[in-house]
Amino acid sequence: MMALFSLRWIAVWRRNLLVWRKLAFTSVLGNLADPLIYLFGLGYGLGSLLSKVDGMPYLLFLASGSVCASTMNGATFEALYSAFSRMQVQRTWDAILNAPVSLEDVVIGEWVWAASKALVAGAAILIVLTIMNLVHSPLVLWSLPILFIVGLTFAALGLIVTTLAPSFDFFMYYFTLFVTPMTMLSGVFFPLDQLPPAVQTLAWLLPLTHGVALVRPLVLGVWPADIALHLAVLGATALAGLWLALHLARRRLLR
Amino acid sequence: MTPPLSVSDLRKSYGDHEVVAGLSFALRAGECFGLLGPNGAGKTTTLRCCLGLIRAESGTITLTGEPVPARAREARMRVGIVPQFDNLDPDFTCAENLVIYGRYFGLEDAAIRARIPELMDFAGLAGRERADIKTLSGGMRRRLSLARALVNDPELLILDEPTTGLDPQARHLIWDRLKQLLARGKTILLTTHFMDEAERLCDRIAVIDGGRIIGQGSPRQLIDTLIEPQVVEVYGENAPAWAAAEAGAFSPRVEISGETAFCYLADAETLLEHLARQPGLRTLHRPANLEDVFLKLTGRELRD
Repeated sequence: MMALFSLRWIAVWRRNLLVWRKLAFTSVLGNLADPLIYLFGLGYGLGSLLSKVDGMPYLLFLASGSVCASTMNGATFEALYSAFSRMQVQRTWDAILNAPVSLEDVVIGEWVWAASKALVAGAAILIVLTIMNLVHSPLVLWSLPILFIVGLTFAALGLIVTTLAPSFDFFMYYFTLFVTPMTMLSGVFFPLDQLPPAVQTLAWLLPLTHGVALVRPLVLGVWPADIALHLAVLGATALAGLWLALHLARRRLLR
Repeated sequence: MTPPLSVSDLRKSYGDHEVVAGLSFALRAGECFGLLGPNGAGKTTTLRCCLGLIRAESGTITLTGEPVPARAREARMRVGIVPQFDNLDPDFTCAENLVIYGRYFGLEDAAIRARIPELMDFAGLAGRERADIKTLSGGMRRRLSLARALVNDPELLILDEPTTGLDPQARHLIWDRLKQLLARGKTILLTTHFMDEAERLCDRIAVIDGGRIIGQGSPRQLIDTLIEPQVVEVYGENAPAWAAAEAGAFSPRVEISGETAFCYLADAETLLEHLARQPGLRTLHRPANLEDVFLKLTGRELRD
């Protein structure tokens, strides 16, 4: 089994980095525009109607959750649309597999790449929040490795969908049935204790909830509670997801 | 010397359908070996097994001295592949395509860049290093695919239908480059269903159908041993009727395809005299070629 894995995945990661570098400005602009429009639209607009949420201005509550949601979106889009395009449309994966690179290297390269790009998306928002003087504590730096793990988690889940997808249209199911409801339930927009107890239990089964539970306190400058538990859920989801994505990729491409 | 590729008793099934049914062949260093077969004969499946991309049910494969699939990755270090469908990276320029591909072999950027002028020149693409892939014609893309396959200076080059979809000028250029590579001592394995291509390039040919080799040898040997030396093609509305009624008297083997009758025979003289007295029938007398062998071995039915 070990023979299947190598550092050759770095060449796959670097391939994607080179494409990104050509379009980096547009890409980061895209990473920022959408979340910031929501953030300030809802944060100021809706926030002015609310006194405090969880003891803080709504803008700050929403901002600290949005960092995590944007990271998830970054990883998800890359692992779905971009990876599918390389796998199915451009046949880039086929070309790579003819070189001394295994399918495991390709999938792991895509996985780490999607998480890297997601980290850029999350970090870009943190920088804007810092410039706007909404972030004050150096603890926020600890959110960067967490965001990378959040990226790995959703990149793995995205790659499962990609290796199952017959076409781009298939991704709509994933967004409608999983990503969008999860974003609503995971504490990005409002505190979990607003939900009925049964739904709260369900919310704690969603990986994004654990990401938000780690990242929000760090952005606000306090240590999160239950760090090991949250990390374990994210890490286990990431690794189980990768394992399944690898299995599905072999079934799809090596036959 | 170990052969660049040897395959013995290879078998691969999908469900009940045995796509490769006990295939054995071995390449000699420095030769061009052609795998010929109609669509669905098992050519691409065989190639994918040889590269370790799919696992055969049984059989042994040795590629550049390494057992496949166990050490397929190491084996692919010394192999270059030109795929049937171009899969150049559309996000990059020509030169970037070569650099990125070289990295998959663990080559240093500087080492790859040093080879780029030579590779681009070989592909007839000198000066187009910065050109976008999307601006290249089909022939240029295929040549860049060939250059990409040479980035690791492979000892064995595998080409899956290298000239399908190209115009005659582009095909001749590819053939010329492949001959140059052979002259430099590279071994080539190619699949094709263009018989002129096989006859021109290949030292030896294996015709496969139904996952089996049904004829093997040099193009000349196959023509000399497997088929009558002469062919008279008879065209025209009345050709099928004529063939059914009279051709048998002159030719031991007659095949009818649409409005053409193909008469295979050792000596065409009496048939040609007979045909000269038949108005309404046009004729073409020619020596038998590899296509005749191929059609005799694999039949004339359409394969889809």
